[in-house]
Amino acid sequence: MINTAVNIAGVELKNPIMTASGTFGSGEEYSEFVDLNKLGAVVTKGVANVPWQGNPTPRIAETYGGMLNAIGLQNPGIDVLIQRDIPFLKKFDTKIVVNVCGKTIEDYCEVVERLSQEEVDLLEINISCPNVKEGGIAFGQNPAAVEMITKELKKRAKQPIIMKLSPNVTDITEIAKAAEAGGADALSLINTLTGMKIDIYKKTFALANKTGGLSGPAIKPIAIRMVYQVANAVKLPIIGMGGISNTEDAIEFLMAGANAVAVGTMNFRNPYVTEEIVNGIEQFMMQYGYESLADMRI
Amino acid sequence: MTKKWKETVTIIEQKQIAEGIFSLWIQTEKIGKEAVPGQFVNLYCKDKSRLLPRPISICEIDDTKKRLRVVYRVAGKGTEEISQYMAGNTLEIEGPLGNGFPLKNGKKVFLIGGGIGIPPMLELAKQLEGEKQIIVGYRSETFLKEDLEKYGKVFIATEDGSVGVKGNVLDCIKENGLEADIIFACGPTPMLRAIKEYAQNMKIEAWISLEERMACGIGACLACVCQSKDVDEHTNVKNKRICKDGPVFLAEEVEL
Repeated sequence: MINTAVNIAGVELKNPIMTASGTFGSGEEYSEFVDLNKLGAVVTKGVANVPWQGNPTPRIAETYGGMLNAIGLQNPGIDVLIQRDIPFLKKFDTKIVVNVCGKTIEDYCEVVERLSQEEVDLLEINISCPNVKEGGIAFGQNPAAVEMITKELKKRAKQPIIMKLSPNVTDITEIAKAAEAGGADALSLINTLTGMKIDIYKKTFALANKTGGLSGPAIKPIAIRMVYQVANAVKLPIIGMGGISNTEDAIEFLMAGANAVAVGTMNFRNPYVTEEIVNGIEQFMMQYGYESLADMRI
Repeated sequence: MTKKWKETVTIIEQKQIAEGIFSLWIQTEKIGKEAVPGQFVNLYCKDKSRLLPRPISICEIDDTKKRLRVVYRVAGKGTEEISQYMAGNTLEIEGPLGNGFPLKNGKKVFLIGGGIGIPPMLELAKQLEGEKQIIVGYRSETFLKEDLEKYGKVFIATEDGSVGVKGNVLDCIKENGLEADIIFACGPTPMLRAIKEYAQNMKIEAWISLEERMACGIGACLACVCQSKDVDEHTNVKNKRICKDGPVFLAEEVEL
C-alpha cells in the first residue's frame, strides 16, 4: 500500500505537494485549472500587517530557463486575507499555509498574532525576499537575527512556523541551524536568487527595481544542493522548492532530503502542474516500489 | 468572468502581413467558444528555455467560434520562434484571458488602434453595432486595413505621412473633423494617455486596453499591475491587475 501522506510539524498533509508562495495567489485564480482538494497544501502569497503597494513595473523579466521577479510583496494586508482568502480556502480539503512578511519584527509579530484565532494550519515566515528594502532578506542573511526573530514569533504563534530561507548566503546550514535554535518547527528553501538583467538594445535594466529574484528550472541544481546540505545539518522537516517543473524534479527534492515540496514558477507555464505532480509521484512510487516518501531519501 | 483553459491547438494558417507582423489562425476546441473582443490568449514557446507565455490579443473569432486569429509583432526570440510555425503544427495556448471590451451598441464610436494595438479592434468592429469610425495609426507600413474596412469607415495616420494623415491618431481625428460619443482604444501608452486627456476634454467615455510584462496571465502573480485612481477592491491598494481586471479599463479609472 502506497502512502503519500507526510507530517510537517504535527500537520498531516495527504501528499507532499504544496504551492510556492507568491506564485499561486490565494488559490482562487488557479482553482479554475486545478482541483485544490488534490493538493497537500496551498501556500498563500506573503501577507503583511497592512496593504503593500509593491514595486514599479516592469516587475518581471524572462531569463534562460527561468525568470526574474521584483513584485515587491504587493499584498492586500492581513484583514483582507482573513475576511476573503482564508474562508475561500476553507472550502477545500487541503491544508492552509499563510506566508507572512514584514518590514520590522513588530510587523511580523502583528500578523502572526492576528492569525492566532484563524483556522490556518501552518505559518511560513518570509525572511528571504530579495525585493524589498526593509525586512525580508535583511533578516534572513544573519544567523543571530534569524534566531532572534524565530524566538519572538514562536512566543506568539499558535500554529507551527516554517522559516523560509534565502539562498543568498555563504552557508545556508548556518541560517538553518539558527532557525532550529530559535525553535522553528520546519524550514522551507530556497527562496529566489538575487539576479539582474540588462536590455542591451535599450541600454536599460529589464526590471524597474534593477535587481530581482531568479526562479524557475535554472535554479534547481542549487536548490537540490542546499536542501541536501540542510537536511544533513538539522533535524527539522524541510519543504524543498526551487525550479520544480515536473514529477521527476519533485522526486529529486524528496531524495535530497525534503519532506514535502512546493511548486512555484512552473504554475505560470503549466497551470495544471501541481495536480500532475500529485498523480505522478504516486505512479513513480508504485513503479519503483516505494511505500512511503521517507523511503525515497538518498 | 469567462471560463479558461490551456489547450493544444492546431495552426490553420500563418503568414507575414507586414514587416515583423504575423497573422496566425488557429483551430481551438474550447477557447474560441468563450472568447470576446478585447480578450487575449497566452501562447507558449516549444523551446523550454523560454518559460513564460506570450500574451497576445485576439484579433478575430470566426462564426463557428472554433477558429481564432491573432496578429502579433515579432518582439524577441519567443515571438520569433512562434512566427516560424506553419499550418499543421500544434501550439499550446491558454485563454481566453482578461475582461474584453464592453459591447455598448448604437453609438457613434471611435475605434482607435496604434501599431500592434490595432488587431483587437478588428473583432470589436465586427461585433459592435453603431456608427463605427476606425482610426488607425502606423509608423509607415499599414496592415489589417482591408479587414477593418469591412466593418466601418477607416481613417489612417502614419508617422512618416506615407499613407493618410501625417502624424498620430489624434491628428487624424482633428484633420478629418471626426466626433464620437464613446471611444475604444488600444496602443502604446503615450497614445492612450493622449486619448484619455482628449476624452476628458470632450467629456466622452473612453475604454482603453493596456499592456505590461506578464507572467501568469490569470491574476495570481501581480506582475502586470497598473496604477488605479482609487483603491482596487481585490488588491486593496491603488493597483489593478491588467491580465485579470483588464486589459480593458475605463480611462478615468487608471493612471497612465
